[in-house]
Amino acid sequence: MASAFEYAPAPESRAIVDIAPSYGLFIDGEFTEAADGKVFKTVSPSTEEVLSEIARAGEADVDRAVAAARKAFEKWSALPGSERAKYLFRIARIIQERSRELAVLETLDNGKPIKETRDADLPLVAAHFFYYAGWADKLEHAGYGANPRPLGVAGQVIPWNFPLLMLAWKIAPALATGNTVVLKPAETTPLSALFFADICRQAGLPKGVVNILPGYGDTGAALVAHPDVDKVAFTGSTAVGKEIARTVAGTRKKLTLELGGKGANIVFDDAPIDQAVEGIVNGIFFNQGQVCCAGSRLLVQESIQDELLDSLKRRLATLRLGDPLDKNTDIGAINSEEQLARITTLVEQGEAEGAERWSPACEIPASGYWFAPTLFTNVTQAHRIARDEIFGPVLSVLTFRTPDEAVAKANNTPYGLSAGIWTEKGSRILAVANKLRAGVIWSNTFNKFDPTSPFGGYKESGFGREGGRHGLEAYLDV
Amino acid sequence: MPTTASPAHPLTDVTSSDSTLRRFLHGLPGVDAVGLEARAASLGTRSIKTTAKAYAIDLAISMVDLTTLEGADTPGKVRALGAKAVHPDPTDRTTPATAAVCVYPDMVPAAKAAVAGSTVKVASVATAFPAGRAPIAVKLADVREAVAAGADEIDMVIDRGAFLAGQYLKVYDEIVAVKETCGADARLKVIFETGELSTYDNIRRAGWLGMLAGADFIKTSTGKVAVNATPANTLLMLEAVRDFRAQTGVQVGVKPAGGIRTSKDAIKFLVLVNETVGEDWLDNHWFRFGASSLLNDLLMQRQKLATGRYSGPDYVTVD
Repeated sequence: MASAFEYAPAPESRAIVDIAPSYGLFIDGEFTEAADGKVFKTVSPSTEEVLSEIARAGEADVDRAVAAARKAFEKWSALPGSERAKYLFRIARIIQERSRELAVLETLDNGKPIKETRDADLPLVAAHFFYYAGWADKLEHAGYGANPRPLGVAGQVIPWNFPLLMLAWKIAPALATGNTVVLKPAETTPLSALFFADICRQAGLPKGVVNILPGYGDTGAALVAHPDVDKVAFTGSTAVGKEIARTVAGTRKKLTLELGGKGANIVFDDAPIDQAVEGIVNGIFFNQGQVCCAGSRLLVQESIQDELLDSLKRRLATLRLGDPLDKNTDIGAINSEEQLARITTLVEQGEAEGAERWSPACEIPASGYWFAPTLFTNVTQAHRIARDEIFGPVLSVLTFRTPDEAVAKANNTPYGLSAGIWTEKGSRILAVANKLRAGVIWSNTFNKFDPTSPFGGYKESGFGREGGRHGLEAYLDV
Repeated sequence: MPTTASPAHPLTDVTSSDSTLRRFLHGLPGVDAVGLEARAASLGTRSIKTTAKAYAIDLAISMVDLTTLEGADTPGKVRALGAKAVHPDPTDRTTPATAAVCVYPDMVPAAKAAVAGSTVKVASVATAFPAGRAPIAVKLADVREAVAAGADEIDMVIDRGAFLAGQYLKVYDEIVAVKETCGADARLKVIFETGELSTYDNIRRAGWLGMLAGADFIKTSTGKVAVNATPANTLLMLEAVRDFRAQTGVQVGVKPAGGIRTSKDAIKFLVLVNETVGEDWLDNHWFRFGASSLLNDLLMQRQKLATGRYSGPDYVTVD
């Protein structure tokens, strides 16, 4: 990093968000204690500061929440779509109005840089509600028959990597189609979902339509297994996804799973190099690599490997790691101690298996959970870091010689969520994209999201689509 | 620090014929417009505050080529401009001088007199600026006159018509001839008029063409067309000088010109420099702003940082 032009600290003010010392569960329009009185703490991963104490939902609370959602379903599903749309538009507008507050909150609870919550998460959250608000009164034109019906009560379990955005992906289509919702946020990032509960009240949403149950895996398991839940939607790890699939097997429940990935970012020798470097960085270091569709495997054509890696290393040296609230921070904190330990273990294994590890010189803060941007070269398909989802800022670099080899290597994974293709040749983009087994394929860009575009996986990355017209299907009885 | 252009670099071969030159320029990596603009925009969100802002403002002032290129220019106007370049802020003598004043060739004597004894250089546009539509003999005579009158720097325009017609060697030869005419003392800035070249691929090719021909600076535009310097085309040119130095060891400067009017904009360009090519270019020997109204905004922001108050346009000089 250049020394002459040092950027002075430019922290976003945290005064805009008022975090209460404790929060309850949100059931039937009210905040309430857990029936057994259990609580847990949520900490800020960049400082390990305790932010708040949160009620931890147990089975009795799941019962209460599902019952509230069931009761609310009758009236909510009977509302004309145009009326449901009004609520969703209202929610979208409130999110926009409170976006700075929510961005700071999300950065505090999750550890990701304010630059991302401000410029990516929050605009996408609002866009998602606006988009599905638009569908609410047009469902008969969605291609699912003249009068597609909602399913009933949706039990939704979301991860910690994009807490509010994953909430939006789950709740917006569910409400637009006339379902009611019980949602469990991740135990390390419950705050934005609880602020969203407040937004539902602010928007005058009828009681019981949205219920929020913070808790750990046992809360999620109880929700998924609840007999009065009609629809289960889960975003998270493949291991938990498989458990959920077993739980709902043989029941009437409709299931969508959005699970892990090991996305291949394929760079051909005729790629726009400077933009490919940006795309690689964005693909694996966006949100510290804690992205299910991250481009965690770089497949580079052998003939340009050296040139590309030189450019990539030079670029990585300019990444700014540190205080997530600083507006100039590019790389924030890892979400939890547990996740940091997982990343560390896999990286140590990569080294032990003989891959070459490289990180730019970068200062790691004394407290909090941090991992420097990391690059592995000399990686082969046989290395564990080329196969397992690391879910951290760790890029494995592999090479290929021909387009066929690139496709074969890209597809050689149990996952199938995302891929990237970098070439100036349009025909090659189309040819390669047709052969890749991945739900989302970006060409000459990476990690671009839009509510109009369906998102989801092949193979062990899950099934069902979220976003776009396709996203309606998961919440309709079709 | 590497020296400026010397012809004996490893790429000398590529200019041996029209076809080798074309093959080389068309073999450069393509530019993805969406990605380039996204990168420039993302660097534009850097938040430069307090000490960093003070540093950037002083640096930006020292990089200004204070410019007047009007039909109505007079020795009096140029004198005023020169005085301002030497002492941009009459109320604060700690304000750095600008890098240069930039005038038409016939105004060079007046400009020389106005900046005599200071660090401020005199730059002169030449080669039938801004259109460049004149016979080569006329262009070279234009340059010769300006250099003879004492210009320290020559800002030439390339023949965009020839470039767009694919006559790269013609453009190259012309730059080489101008460079020769500049002699050892005058540094050469090569203006591409990026707004007329229109595509980013063309801008990258023109950048390399200019550097191969011995440009000391590559410069975006004349300021006389609709689209002048933008963060994206300047970022692209910074990538070009970075890559050129990596291949040849020769460092070339960059000058965005036209359309940069506010301190905020100027600081965004400095962030591009900082994060693309680094501190080797954070110096007015290697980076310039071609601008006129920018200077007053930089001065107003400088006064505000120093005093905590925004004093307004009455407290900077109008020229």
